[in-house]
This record gives sequence, structure tokens and C-alpha cells, in this order.
Amino acid sequence: PALGLFLFTIARDPLRIIILIAGAFFWLVSLLLSSLIWFIAVKASDPRDEPLQKGLLIFGVMFSVLLQEAFRFLYYKLLRKAIEGLVALSEDGCSPISIQQMSYVAGVGFGLMSGAFSMINLLADALGPGTVGIHGDSQLYFLTSAFMTMVLIFLHTFWGILFFHGCEHRRWWEITAVVVMHLAVSGSTFCNPLYVGSLVPSYLLMAAAAAWAYLLSGGSAQNLRRFLLCKS
Amino acid sequence: MITFMNNSDSEEEPCNERTSLMSAESPPVPSYQDGLQASEAGEAQTHRKRRTGSSRSPNNVADGDMSHSSVPVRESASENEEEELTLKYGAKHVIMLFVPVTLCMIVVVATIKSVRFYTEKNGQLIYTPFTEDTPSVGQRLLNSVLNTIIMISVIVVMTVFLVLLYKYRCYKFIHGWLILSSLMLLFLFTYIYLGEVLKTYNVAMDYPTLFLVIWNFGAVGMICIHWKGPLQLQQAYLIMISALMALVFIKYLPEWSAWVILGAISIYDLMAVLCPKGPLRMLVETAQERNEPIFPALIYSSAMMWTVSMAKPDTAARGPSQQTWDAAEDGRENHRSPSHADSQMSETRSPVPTRPITSFEELEEEERGVKLGLGDFIFYSVLVGKAAATASGDWNTTLACFVAILIGLCLTLLLLAVFKKALPALPISITFGLIFYFSTDNLVRPFMDTLAFHQLYI
Repeated sequence: PALGLFLFTIARDPLRIIILIAGAFFWLVSLLLSSLIWFIAVKASDPRDEPLQKGLLIFGVMFSVLLQEAFRFLYYKLLRKAIEGLVALSEDGCSPISIQQMSYVAGVGFGLMSGAFSMINLLADALGPGTVGIHGDSQLYFLTSAFMTMVLIFLHTFWGILFFHGCEHRRWWEITAVVVMHLAVSGSTFCNPLYVGSLVPSYLLMAAAAAWAYLLSGGSAQNLRRFLLCKS
Repeated sequence: MITFMNNSDSEEEPCNERTSLMSAESPPVPSYQDGLQASEAGEAQTHRKRRTGSSRSPNNVADGDMSHSSVPVRESASENEEEELTLKYGAKHVIMLFVPVTLCMIVVVATIKSVRFYTEKNGQLIYTPFTEDTPSVGQRLLNSVLNTIIMISVIVVMTVFLVLLYKYRCYKFIHGWLILSSLMLLFLFTYIYLGEVLKTYNVAMDYPTLFLVIWNFGAVGMICIHWKGPLQLQQAYLIMISALMALVFIKYLPEWSAWVILGAISIYDLMAVLCPKGPLRMLVETAQERNEPIFPALIYSSAMMWTVSMAKPDTAARGPSQQTWDAAEDGRENHRSPSHADSQMSETRSPVPTRPITSFEELEEEERGVKLGLGDFIFYSVLVGKAAATASGDWNTTLACFVAILIGLCLTLLLLAVFKKALPALPISITFGLIFYFSTDNLVRPFMDTLAFHQLYI
């Protein structure tokens, strides 16, 4: 689905593609920094201590979430500057791309990159021989991974929209809501392999975020009804 | 003028390295200095053309005939407009460059991942004589540095020779060599590549069929690159030969040497383009003075096809601009109307009416698109291919390097739009790529592996 999003909405406009790749890049950098921190922490600690490792991992995850949001904020700042530049250079005084489109594209960029990093090794391994869950792990590993990745990509997209909207209108509660949601989703994955604990809340949160972003972008129940019934 | 400088000359070198390795089997190729010269000349052309292309300011008199008729037209257009057009074209051009670079990388990565031949170590090029199978780390490092020094000095010598040849107008020489080296690329490397691919997938093919396929592929390629042909076909061929060359590099360069060479090449690129005494810069200026068109087969052109303008000496009356305009007419596939080159940029903007028919030369500039040297393609693909081949983190590292290179390309283009002169395309992208490769391989991989193991998501 993310690829579909990409193809239909982004691939046509070159500026969006650039913003997408830049968004992916920012996510990558945040991942780099957070893994650096985790790596240092792991090296500095005792590798044999299991609970400590697990704790470190959790710490790493949380830290990474916070870093991602921080980088989203940085990216927002960069895009603001870029918009001013584009407006200044454009002929009729308005920029060729609005901040909302940018927020959408940035969200997709983040999401695609995080999804790719989560899934791609899995997919590569899935091509090879083997049985899923042979050592007593869950048999649904691949399936749940796929769903989780998808929900994460969508969530990143929505968070992008919400985050930028919050920054635009200086509504700090929106921003903190996004951060809290991200933390919640990541935290819920800690209950894996008890999948009901992680997938269900994530999907609920995604639905909530989707509705919120939709409303923020100017949609309404009326629009939705008209769209669905194909009225003009 | 910003051009994408790069060492496309190095593409010719490996041809010869390869040839010298296999001199027993194939007829020796005459000195490859020709191609080097040609590539240098080509780059010079690129620079010059790009200069005209990117800066449409009225005071751009670098290319005499081009700006002559455009100056009166330009007076009506403000500087601001042109800058803005540059930037607008910027986004489109970036994409026009993203696509081929991405395609090339995809081809290289796909081949590396599937065909075992290219990751086996079967010997080294004679330009990297020191082996890396030494027991100690220090020795290995030393060997790789020595390899790099040899390689870079070879490239420098080639470049200087090319500049000299170009200065003394030995065009036939250059041409002949270009043709020979692209011939070898198209036929020999394709044959090997095809052979390996068929071996991997266990597909049987008899010699007559093989001969027919390769002959057609090679002949059409020669025509397309050196003469006229549809733009997309030419682009496709250029991508193919870049990928083939990159594969050769990946196979025959030992590991540490490859990374050090990549770093050194980007430094060299930086110096050769920006230093006043740099050979490439001298080439640029020489070509500028002569107002000569670009050599084909060394530069990837995203918007228009540059035919061998040498092949149309009869139009010398109007100078290169006419030739390039013809080239544009011949090769152009897009649907821009003559007087509104920018109308397709954004539908919301009304077309600028201030540029009537006199915009011929302008038009060709605007439609010129961006030019990227083939060596850039090759080295980007080498980086990504090496990442795919040797990284234990597999796809994550490859993906990270890919994004890093694209961002580097973006930044380079941005600088291009700002500085409006010849810029090297290698340094920024390669630096980003190297940083990301090493950090992803060592830092991110364990993190992601542990996360995936516990199925945690960040």
C-alpha cells in the first residue's frame, strides 16, 4: 500500500520525490544516531546480563523514537525555509507546493524508510528455504511483521501531517500527542509475540490518527460521503 | 556553469586494463589516451554546455553565438525569472537524473545479488598490483593505499594526456579511440555478462543465437551512442555500459582498495574541477574558447540527445548552436512547444510570453537538461554494488547507501543552481555514501538485527 501511495500521489511531481527522499534521509540519520547510542551502551555494559540487555534494548527503542520525532521537527524547520525560498523565487508569489503536501510527503518518506528497514531483510530471508517458527516461536512471524510494518508506515504518514500541522499552528499538544502515540506504538510491540497486544492497539491508533489527519486536512464527513458515493 | 564533472575517463581505462589482461585473446586496443582525451573533451563540452544551460543571465557570454541572439530576448526577462526557472528546472532535472542513476544501481545490485561471478575473486587488474590477502592489517592497509596511488596516478596521467590531445586538436585520434573502447565495452563485456547470467539461471543458449543477440545489441548500441538514435534508447545504452563497467570494477578491485579508491577519486575530482590548474578545468576553458560540442558516449544527457556534431560539419556556419538545435530536433521527444519552454513546468503558471521565436538557442539551453558524466554513474554504482556485495547487513546497507547517494546528488544539483559553474558530482555523494555504508554496516545492523529478533518496532 505504501508503494501504491507513492506511485499515485508522489511519483508525478519531481519536487515531491525530492522531499520524499530527503525525508527518508532524515529518518535514516536519526536511526544512525540512535543505533550509535545503543551500540555504545551495549559495548559499555555486560553482554552476558540478559535483563540488562533487554532493558538496554527498550531504552534504545524509546530513545530512537524520541530521536525520530526530533528529526521530524528538524525536517519541518528545513521545509519551512525551503518553502520561503520557493515562494520568493516563484512567479506568482505562491509556492508550487503547500506545506500540507509537504507534510504528507515527509510522512510518507519517513514511513517508507522505516518500513523498508524493518521489512527488507525479512523479505530477503523469506525467499530462502526454511520453516517459520520452527523453534517454538510464533508461526505467524512473517504475517504479523508485514501487518505491523504496514501500520507503521501509515502511522508515520499521519504523524507527519499531524506534526507539521501542530508546528504550523503552534499547538504543542498536537505535537506531544504525536510523540506519545509513537511511544505507545513502539511500546506495544514489546508485548510481541503476544500479537493481540501489539497489533490491535496499533491499528486503533492508526484509525484515530487517520481520522484526525483527515479532519485537519480539511476533510469532513460530508466530503467522505460525497467521495464514496461518487457524487460531483 | 555547473557540470557534473567526473572522471569519465576512468571508464576508458578499465577497458584497457581489461584488454591488457586478456591480450592473449583479443586484439590489443590502441592506446586509450584517446578515449581519455575524448572524455576530457566531452566533459569540457559538458561544462560549457551546462554553463549555458544553467545560467540564463544576460551576461552569460561564455558561449558567443548562443547568447548573441538570446541577449535581446533576455532583456525583457528579469534575472529573477531566470533564476526561478533555473530552480524550477532544478527539481525536474534532479528527477531526470535520479531515474537513470537509480536504474543503473538497480541493475548493478540485481546482478551482484544473483550472479555469483561478480563476487568471486578471480584476480586483479594490473592497475592494482598489490594483493590484499596479507595476514596483517597494516600490510593490507598499506597495499590498498599503494593500489590507490597507482590507480589515481594512472587517471591523472590519462587526464593530462587527454587535455593535451584536445588542445592540439587531435580529434580523429580521440574519436577513433572512443569508438574502439565503446566497441569493446559493448561487445566483450556484454558477452561475458550474458554468459554469466545464463550460467546462473541455467539457461542454455547456442552460439548462433548468442552471436545474433550480441551483434544486434552491440551494433545498435554503437549507432545509438555515436550517431543518432532515440533519446531513451541512447540513455538506456549509456546506463547499460555504466552498469557493465561498474560490475567490472566491483569484481576486480579488492575490497579495501575499492573503498580507498572511491574516496581518493572524489578528492581528485574535487581538485581537478575546482583548482585553477586542474586538467579538467583547463579542458573546460579550452572547449569554451572553441565553442565546440560535446563528445558523445561519455556524457549522459537527460533532456536532449547530443548527436555527434562532428558528423554534421556542414552546419558549421551557424556554429554549434545550430548543430545542437538540430540535435534537439532530432532527438527530442518531449512535447514542449518552441516558444514556451517553461509552460510544462507548472500548469498554474501562465507561460512566459516574453520569449518568442528568437528563443531557439534559449530553447535548446532550457531543454538541455542536466548532464552527468558516465564516470559518475559508474562510481555511484560501484559504491552501491560493493555495499550489496560485501555488507553483511545486506539490504539495509544497500538501501542506506542508495538514499545517501541520491541526497548527495540533490545537494550537488542545488549547489549547481547556486553557483552556476562546473561542479564535481562525485565528492558529496561519495562522502555521504561512504559514511552511511560504514556506519550502517557497523552500527545500525546489530541494532536492527536485535530489534527484528525480538520483533520490536521503532
